Amino acid sequence: MSDKGITINLKIWRQARGADKGNFVDYTVENVLPEMSFLEMLDILNEQLVKKGEEAVEFDNDCREGICGTCGLVIKGVAHGPHAATTTCEVRMRNFTDGETVTVEPFRAGPFPIIKDLVVDRLAFDRIQQKGGFVSMNVGSAPDGNAVPVPKVSADKAMDAASCIGCGACVAACPNASASLFVSAKISQFAYLPQGEPERVRRALAMVAQMDEEGFGDCSNHGECEAVCPKEISIEHIAKMRREYLRGAIRGA
Amino acid sequence: MSNNFNFDAKIPTGPLADKWDRHMIDNPLVAPGGNRRKRTIIVVGTGLAGGGAAATLGELGYNVLNFCIQDSPRRAHSVAAQGGINASKNYQNDGDSVYRLFYDTIKGGDYRSREANVYRLAELSMAIIDQSVAMGVPFAREYGGTLANRTFGGVQVSRTFYARGQTGQQLLLGVYSALSRQVDAGTVKMFPRHEMLDLVVVDGKARGIIVRELMTGEIKRYAADAVVLATGGYSPVFYLSTNAVNSNATAAWRAHRRGALFSNPCYTQIHPTAVPQLGDYQSKLTLMSESLRNDGRVWVPGKAGDGRKPTDIPEADRDYYLERRYPAFGNMVPRDIAARAALVECDQGKSAHLSEQSVYLDFAEAIGRLGRDVVADRYGNLFAMYEEITGENPYETPMMIYPAPHYTMGGLWVDYNLESTIEGLFVAGEANFSDHGANRLGASALMQGLADGYFVVPRVVANYLAGADLKDTNPDAAEFKDVENDVQTHLRKLLSIKGNRTVREIHWDLGRVMWTKVGMARNREGLTEAIGRIKELRQTFWQDLALAGTDSDLNKQLEQANRLGDYLELGEVMARDALMREESCGGHFREEHKTEDGEAKRDDANFTFVSAWEYTGQDKEPVMHKEDLVFENVELKTRSYK
Repeated sequence: MSDKGITINLKIWRQARGADKGNFVDYTVENVLPEMSFLEMLDILNEQLVKKGEEAVEFDNDCREGICGTCGLVIKGVAHGPHAATTTCEVRMRNFTDGETVTVEPFRAGPFPIIKDLVVDRLAFDRIQQKGGFVSMNVGSAPDGNAVPVPKVSADKAMDAASCIGCGACVAACPNASASLFVSAKISQFAYLPQGEPERVRRALAMVAQMDEEGFGDCSNHGECEAVCPKEISIEHIAKMRREYLRGAIRGA
Repeated sequence: MSNNFNFDAKIPTGPLADKWDRHMIDNPLVAPGGNRRKRTIIVVGTGLAGGGAAATLGELGYNVLNFCIQDSPRRAHSVAAQGGINASKNYQNDGDSVYRLFYDTIKGGDYRSREANVYRLAELSMAIIDQSVAMGVPFAREYGGTLANRTFGGVQVSRTFYARGQTGQQLLLGVYSALSRQVDAGTVKMFPRHEMLDLVVVDGKARGIIVRELMTGEIKRYAADAVVLATGGYSPVFYLSTNAVNSNATAAWRAHRRGALFSNPCYTQIHPTAVPQLGDYQSKLTLMSESLRNDGRVWVPGKAGDGRKPTDIPEADRDYYLERRYPAFGNMVPRDIAARAALVECDQGKSAHLSEQSVYLDFAEAIGRLGRDVVADRYGNLFAMYEEITGENPYETPMMIYPAPHYTMGGLWVDYNLESTIEGLFVAGEANFSDHGANRLGASALMQGLADGYFVVPRVVANYLAGADLKDTNPDAAEFKDVENDVQTHLRKLLSIKGNRTVREIHWDLGRVMWTKVGMARNREGLTEAIGRIKELRQTFWQDLALAGTDSDLNKQLEQANRLGDYLELGEVMARDALMREESCGGHFREEHKTEDGEAKRDDANFTFVSAWEYTGQDKEPVMHKEDLVFENVELKTRSYK
């Protein structure tokens, strides 16, 4: 270890836009400080590449504080890296040792096609949301905010589910590439609230149908999704989604 | 300085409380059905203002084209707002009212905003809460099932609604759900990963935009009957800010170059409580919500250079300077005042032990009073975020905090109808200048975004469409091709420089100039120097920029370079505006203009106006115009939180 920090050896997935295949490319970044974020370390790598006239490594990121859900890398084989309950942008370099080799891959899943390098297309999530992830309530027709009391426990459970940032780590971690945790979090949020009641059956059926349509796999209770979820969304919501779906399948929408 | 521009803010006549209602009755509407369907409206941005406007216009039956730079509309930067949203519901029975929210906002903005706009904002605040609740936004609740409130800075009532420390996220997901519904219904067409790079003006009216599809680099033209910009503020001009790294001012700046005046660029909000800068590798600063000041106490060691750990410093050797200087509001003074007070202490060598540019935010008293569990319930996610960044546990050691660029009150000039000086170009949310004056109060950005998005834009755009004389146009018209050509030329020029300095290096240099000379404290000498330095940096940029890759591919370095080119122009206008404004007000503090005890000193006789800068050409001096502010309901007073 030099006195200015540690050295990290990277194996990064590179894939040209439109190409069917990519490959790992080795890079070394020196003088990495423990308090740097993982993405700041990649910024330094990109500066080195651009100065040499080489194309920067493309990776999605935006807020860099764990709330927007834009970033998503598989670091050392784990979606969002080694630390629980954090997004990729929150991973700090103090979690790595001097001279360590670190693999960096995109979130891989059939319904998340790679756009370029580490950037994937997650529009499938938007399309699922469009099928029922809302309360059909036009602006202007709302009653007073306190007109319908909501028990604190229900509001808290809805909030737990609503914390989902839509990053897709659950899909990347699942051996079946299932989107069940993501979809169930939205279904569950509305199922806990009286405002979601009128459409709860229709919502569950429509969102699950779209999830299947997009090619996401089914849930077989591995629990990998919950383990990597940066917002610690519980797989209890998947059980709730199944109940909501069953209710609809039996009674009809 | 000139004043030849024909300003008409179109503020309705009549009593303050009746203006918005009267205005709606006096203006024409577009009938439902076919008349609305054949009207196309472009909305740029999918945050609270843009997404809210697009969804609502879609609900009304218009044909909406909605663009965002993110890979999904759910990621617009509104998502990052933590603490809350204000509304004058008076659910706490503590004396709140529309007038009080109006008054607090006018006073908080240091008497540099428009009365009529602010009053409308306060009126609409209540409907925002109703709407959001009905859409399934999981606001915090009391055990009885009613909505909970907390207190934010600069006010003496409890009117802030919240969803843990993720209020912006939850309100944005509400907007996103409404948008999703309209996308499915076919009224809104969504364009993610598309960046607006220019505005197309036909016969003096905004009729379209030129965008770059970020995945492929393809440049595309879109035409419409009206254009709504809701593209946020310009804090990243400082390089380090609490904004997302892709937040940028390019859409607004390109509209400015096409004729939209830019108002009050020097009004920038430096938020008092962010995690301090820890190194020069840093790419952003992380905010610690203002809500923390409800229970946290701000202090520094009483003596300069005290190197002890905070837990080793006894009470007698601590200076709780906000409580000392502002006994009436204490730790809950407005942001501009808290930020500047931190600067004053640090300039005297009184700071936290690990960084000369940081102060303590201490929860020991709150943990003693409420217990660790209650504190964790209120702020747990923020404490975890802090520990992840610094490696220190805020339950045991006081947080280190320091001010950071966070929000910009300035923006494109708009009239009461949120219409810019280009006909048919509407500007909403942080991108306009209109509601916060020289300083924004906490929990008011979400309020303004949703007021503009859900309620104001849908009405004023309808009024415009009902009355406007719009010729047929389409993306193949010469005006569109000409503007596309400008955009292509600009991008190719950036790629052809092939110099040695990266985007980040030049942005960092610009940020340092802005932070030290156009930051929390400004003076004539520093501002003059900044103008010169920014011009030099602009030259460096155009002569020595290093870029790789091409413009026909996903190329984030190119995206950032394109945005930096605009910051290098906007930064200079900020400095010019700050130099022109020979007074201190809100977030604009001129060291030459302060009271004996160091507080901001306004000059109402000479500066009760909105500046509005006109672009006159590349490397030409901009021209300033003035809109005089008229106060008919509020008496201008020295703003005091003592």
